[in-house]
Amino acid sequence: MGGTVARAYCTVQVSTVMAPLLEARSLAKFYPIKGAGRGAKLHAVDNVDLMIGAGESVGLVGESGCGKSTIVRLLGRFIDPTSGQILLDGEDITAMSQAKFVSTPGRRRIQVVFQDATESLNPSFRAFQSIADPLKRLLDLRKGAEIAKRVRSTAALVGLPEELLQRYPHQLSGGQRARVGIARAIAVEPSLLILDEPTSALDVSVQAVILKLLADLRDRLAMSYLFVSHDLNVVRLLCSRVVVMYLGKIVEIAPAEALFTAPRHPYAQALVAAIPDPARRGEARPRLDGSPTSPIDPDPNACRFYGRCPKSTDLCAKSMPPLRAVGPDHFAACHFALSPIGGNP
Amino acid sequence: MSLIALARNTGYAFGENRLTLAAAIILALLALCALFGPSLAPFDPLTTAAAAKLAPPSTLHPFGTDALGRDILSRVIVAARLDLGMAISAVALSFLVGLALGSLAGYFGGWTDRIVGRVMDTIMAFPLFVLAMGIVVALGNSVLNIIIATMIINLPFYCRFARSAVNVRRDLGYVEAARMGGNGSLMVLLNHIVPNILPPMMVQASLNMGWAILNAAGLSFIGLGVRPPTPEWGIMVSEGASYIISGEWWAFMFPGAALVLAVFCFNMLGDGLRDLLDPRKRV
Amino acid sequence: MAQLEIDNLSVEFRTRHGVVRALESVTLSVARGEIVGVVGESGSGKSVTAYTVMGLNDEAAEITNGRITMGGIDLLAAQPEALRELRGREMAMIFQSPRTALNPIRKVGKQIEDVLLEHANLPRRDLKKAAIAALARVRIPDPERRAEAYPFELSGGMCQRVMIAMALACTPSVLIADEPTTGLDVTTQAVIMDLIRDMSHSARMSTLLITHDLGLAGEYCDRIAVMHAGHIVEIAATEALLDHPAHPYTRQLLAATPVPETRLDSLTSIPGQLPDLRSTLPPCRFSGRCERRQPVCDERELPWAELSPAHIVRCRFPL
Repeated sequence: MGGTVARAYCTVQVSTVMAPLLEARSLAKFYPIKGAGRGAKLHAVDNVDLMIGAGESVGLVGESGCGKSTIVRLLGRFIDPTSGQILLDGEDITAMSQAKFVSTPGRRRIQVVFQDATESLNPSFRAFQSIADPLKRLLDLRKGAEIAKRVRSTAALVGLPEELLQRYPHQLSGGQRARVGIARAIAVEPSLLILDEPTSALDVSVQAVILKLLADLRDRLAMSYLFVSHDLNVVRLLCSRVVVMYLGKIVEIAPAEALFTAPRHPYAQALVAAIPDPARRGEARPRLDGSPTSPIDPDPNACRFYGRCPKSTDLCAKSMPPLRAVGPDHFAACHFALSPIGGNP
Repeated sequence: MSLIALARNTGYAFGENRLTLAAAIILALLALCALFGPSLAPFDPLTTAAAAKLAPPSTLHPFGTDALGRDILSRVIVAARLDLGMAISAVALSFLVGLALGSLAGYFGGWTDRIVGRVMDTIMAFPLFVLAMGIVVALGNSVLNIIIATMIINLPFYCRFARSAVNVRRDLGYVEAARMGGNGSLMVLLNHIVPNILPPMMVQASLNMGWAILNAAGLSFIGLGVRPPTPEWGIMVSEGASYIISGEWWAFMFPGAALVLAVFCFNMLGDGLRDLLDPRKRV
Repeated sequence: MAQLEIDNLSVEFRTRHGVVRALESVTLSVARGEIVGVVGESGSGKSVTAYTVMGLNDEAAEITNGRITMGGIDLLAAQPEALRELRGREMAMIFQSPRTALNPIRKVGKQIEDVLLEHANLPRRDLKKAAIAALARVRIPDPERRAEAYPFELSGGMCQRVMIAMALACTPSVLIADEPTTGLDVTTQAVIMDLIRDMSHSARMSTLLITHDLGLAGEYCDRIAVMHAGHIVEIAATEALLDHPAHPYTRQLLAATPVPETRLDSLTSIPGQLPDLRSTLPPCRFSGRCERRQPVCDERELPWAELSPAHIVRCRFPL
């Protein structure tokens, strides 16, 4: 998989040929595993190339263990990659460790909105403090009045009533907590907002409000989004491009509509087919059963999906399929992606 | 928390739990004794009166007198200062040092954790009271050394608690958010994690106080640390123990009861303190 | 005759902060071989309904009215001993978070054997075989080996299958599934739901599927009951409910649920919030959030309007 292919999919997507906002090159994260043999490594993320243009909303989907949480932590610069680079506006932000990155100007340009369920708000901070803290540290604001002004304007932007700012997280509803989390992330005016399952803990009605808020903020503040979710319907609403991961590798990249109407990779096909659809009630559909193979020292010469894939041929066991163009802005890593769907190789 | 909020929460916590309130009142009385002991005592605790020795409880001497004719009530009241003072100092020191070492070990892991762990293991390898005895013997009999000894043997308790409390919270969302918000590691630890572990640690400290009092009294009981004629509950129990057989029960009973009461009340208070300090229960 | 009938059920919880009227006049029936979905947002009372049927409610819960009958047996009047007999044998429940619902220090095979020992009157030497057979029925590959595994060694999907195997070990006539696929990947969810559906139909069980996901209920349920703040607001056959919702809440819930065809601008949300169930509530608990509200909605008893034999809605002005 060469640089040409990797860059091609972004320059075509982004109309003006300019450097993308964020570019991940050959990003990999391996964790040493004790007790599974000498030098055994868990391949959480394996040689991933990803690009996000300015103002673009990219969705990232895949089942648990596929590496999307690791990607969030890598791109959010919470952990250092084992190898590879991350370029922010062309500048390598992996040249320094993540501990040093905290004090660079790049830190405020990438912010993360976490899933509410993981206690993403400090239980002993009032909402005001949670939002004010990054302002104090990243924007170096000192005057209390200035900080208060920005906190209040950000709260207004996310539709959080001012009186709620004095509350503790346990005194707020799920939707209100989500808003505080978003406010905290956008207060410093980042260029890239990574959203890690921001609505999965919310009721559907609250989710609808938050999703519309996110769309509105993105347009108003000209941010790029990396939206990570297991809920494909939600991803489809907000994202123009979707990336599908499996066992640490990207298996398909496509414009959102194309992915949902005509996915090319067998895993993506299974994923889309599994979305509950009232219109297909009672239909017996082919299901993807089983679990992913082990991410520990996987065979570098075999497709990661081999064995679980309904196609699984000898070729799949011998050669790792590269990410290849299968349509306009559409890429899939499967030897049979170009064949008619359902047809024989 | 503002003072008003603190007062409101205190009222709420005490309203919920009458036993905690009772414990707090008794401890307040003991604290009064500690602060104003000499003024409150009806007699001078040190004055001996051979004629009145081992007098049973009466209106003049509600707790009776000891072998040297000293009023036991006065001595019990004045002793509060020393016993509570030693325990509070030792616990406070243990708490702070344990919090610091444990938090660093729990957050940074690696060598910090290993070294701190080994030090704590070494301390815990000894039967703790014996270690305290050894420290006092080595450093010399004095109140300060009792405090140091008690502090050292209590250290692993706080250190482990802080370590695991920090470890559990280290990977939570709000900690990652704090790093994302520009906080360096120490800032994250101090401003974001420690405020959350203080409440449970303070509950532990309160429960630990009872043990610290017993420890300090125990050392004095066996003759290390505080020397006669200083009034101190441990020594008083030790002196009074010789007279159980001959029937003068008041000599050890009242200082012993004071010890029991103090320990019991600190334990009761521990629960109330948790309710008071838990941000989730704040109104 | 319906296998499970809930008739006019009202449940209250006595708490430190007041009496919570968690359920009011809940009426629902499930026939043999039918899958009925109970859909609603958090706080709607769906889990309370499930737990009340199983008799697993907290001590603070009090059933103030109503009847629950299963196969003719009055569950609320039954003695605790008799109820315990029924639970596990005639009625079974699958919970959320499968890994936490299983005993972490006991092998899964043994856990199934425990259920069989308690309820199935099998001789001890047949227990192990029966447990392995139960695992095979839920299509766990290599069941003999898996029976020796502990829950932490199995994936979330596997654990859920084990829980289903335990629930179905004695072929109950009623199965209650409380958010059985929350936390599972969508591919695993599809497999588990297919399994529940197939087993429900083949064993002719009355199945109650509790979920907040209207899309999921839409694909797997024969009928759907929509709950709001402790009330059932609408019950209908699935197609009828999804195509012609009669209750304003149902319609708004559908409008807020993203399905493949939704566009962001057509997604709406439901105004207002769930009313406080401790306070005195108007007869229609949705009236505070309803755009079609009229003064009479707050004054008079809420009627049961029958739009067609199988389509009931509790609204004075159905759509």
